[in-house]
Amino acid sequence: MRPIDWFTQALAVAVALAAAPLFLGWVNQCRAWLQNRRAASLWQPYLGLRKLLHKDPVIAREASPLFRAAPYVVFAAMLAAAAVIPSMGTRLPMGAAADAIVLVGLFATARVFLALAAMDVGTPFGTLGARREMMVGFLAEPALLMVVFVASLISATTALPVISEHLALRPLELSPSLAFTGVAFTMVLLAENARIPIDNPATHLELTMIHEAMVLEYSGRHLALMEFAASLKLLNYACIGFALFLPWGSATGRSGPLALALALPALGAKLALAGAALATIETVSAKLRVFRAPEFLATAFLLAVLGMLVHLLLGD
Amino acid sequence: MIPPLVMQLLDSLAALLLLLSFAMLAQRRIVTLVDLFALQGAVLCAATLLLAWRTGEVNLYLSAALTLSVKVIALPRLLHAMIRRLGVYWDTDPLLNISGTMLVGVPIVVFAFGLAQPISALASTATRSAIGIAIAVILLAFLTMITRRKAMSQVIGFLSMENGLFFGAMCASYGMPMIVELGVALDVLVAMLVLGVFFFQIREQFDSLDLDRLESRREAP
Repeated sequence: MRPIDWFTQALAVAVALAAAPLFLGWVNQCRAWLQNRRAASLWQPYLGLRKLLHKDPVIAREASPLFRAAPYVVFAAMLAAAAVIPSMGTRLPMGAAADAIVLVGLFATARVFLALAAMDVGTPFGTLGARREMMVGFLAEPALLMVVFVASLISATTALPVISEHLALRPLELSPSLAFTGVAFTMVLLAENARIPIDNPATHLELTMIHEAMVLEYSGRHLALMEFAASLKLLNYACIGFALFLPWGSATGRSGPLALALALPALGAKLALAGAALATIETVSAKLRVFRAPEFLATAFLLAVLGMLVHLLLGD
Repeated sequence: MIPPLVMQLLDSLAALLLLLSFAMLAQRRIVTLVDLFALQGAVLCAATLLLAWRTGEVNLYLSAALTLSVKVIALPRLLHAMIRRLGVYWDTDPLLNISGTMLVGVPIVVFAFGLAQPISALASTATRSAIGIAIAVILLAFLTMITRRKAMSQVIGFLSMENGLFFGAMCASYGMPMIVELGVALDVLVAMLVLGVFFFQIREQFDSLDLDRLESRREAP
């Protein structure tokens, strides 16, 4: 490992931490513009986090230690995920520690702790949110795994940095299997990050909410960590999407500092585009009833499986 | 080594055909079902044109023109007119729920791909790898017919099956002989007209296009 690889690694984590609230702010801003509202500042998520960090957390008397530990576990899982996703360079020293399947496992760990913490205090809302989250999760996870498997089949490895490098360096061609999995991945991203067709991130209306219901009991720094983790999760998913479907622009192979310097604005441009696209999808689609969510996710799973089958048949 | 752009496009169109079959399997609105069927015809037409351009077979140009006129223009218009007159816009409760149907579709596609492997090995055309997709389209259309209750959507499934057959013939041997294709196209049109008459008769007898009611019919004492 060269020193620059470690620098790439540190930069990836630092950029993920710094950019996650910014990305969320950008999505919110685009959404507000598309809906003819006046947008809050781009820095609003940071201000929210700072406000929460200055407040004292209030914890229910019945809460177990798990309730206090969950925000740290969830945040740590998201941070670990950010370390193995090749957002700017594909030579990540930590990349060997966890392949794409472990990455899906990290997301699952965070989800389990979030759901347990939501049920811990025993309020009906938390339990309801946890139940819905697990329903969405168990349907979204196989779809995400299938997406990863298609990319793995194409590049003959499950290590995400190597997959990304292979996809970036191969000659450009029309690939129906990657197109299918790209759509499937977008659907999983929407479902997993509590975005509109499945959940509405902007509402506290009890009948429709999933994610908000689970963090209802949190306050102060715990809530700040939970919200930071949620924005980090969105950024992580976006970066996985870039690694698989838009791998161009990140530093590959044995390239030097110059490629890395170019990779940062490339990532910024991709994030800006993805944020605008996400806001557009959220604006033009209506929220599905909770009972229609399995259909949505079954479609995502089906698209990913079709991508794999088409890849096996046509061999692109 | 990557295949030429035309072949990439053909493969993408084949994949799109498969996707449209699944979309038809999942669609509850009959009007949208007809649109999807027209779109499938259009994709088939584009694939035929591309293949004709690549191989230089004149037959395929004629076949594409036939597909365009019958399956993209004539039949969807006929179907839309029939939907308006019969007033059947929805096929609400299929025999199996939508996600279940789609998951049943996956093993069917696997089966079709397995079935196509020996055929693809024998064929010598450039498009032989897509034969599996043609068989999958046929079988998925079967599934559409099986899981629907309304006569209307069953007929659309039948027509979509015909699309799959055309595509299969195209992939395996650059199209059937012209006389067969003309005959099939005419057959489909006539079948559609006859079925249209049947729809009206069925509705008059049973006040519904729900084919389950046919089973409960008894001879008058």
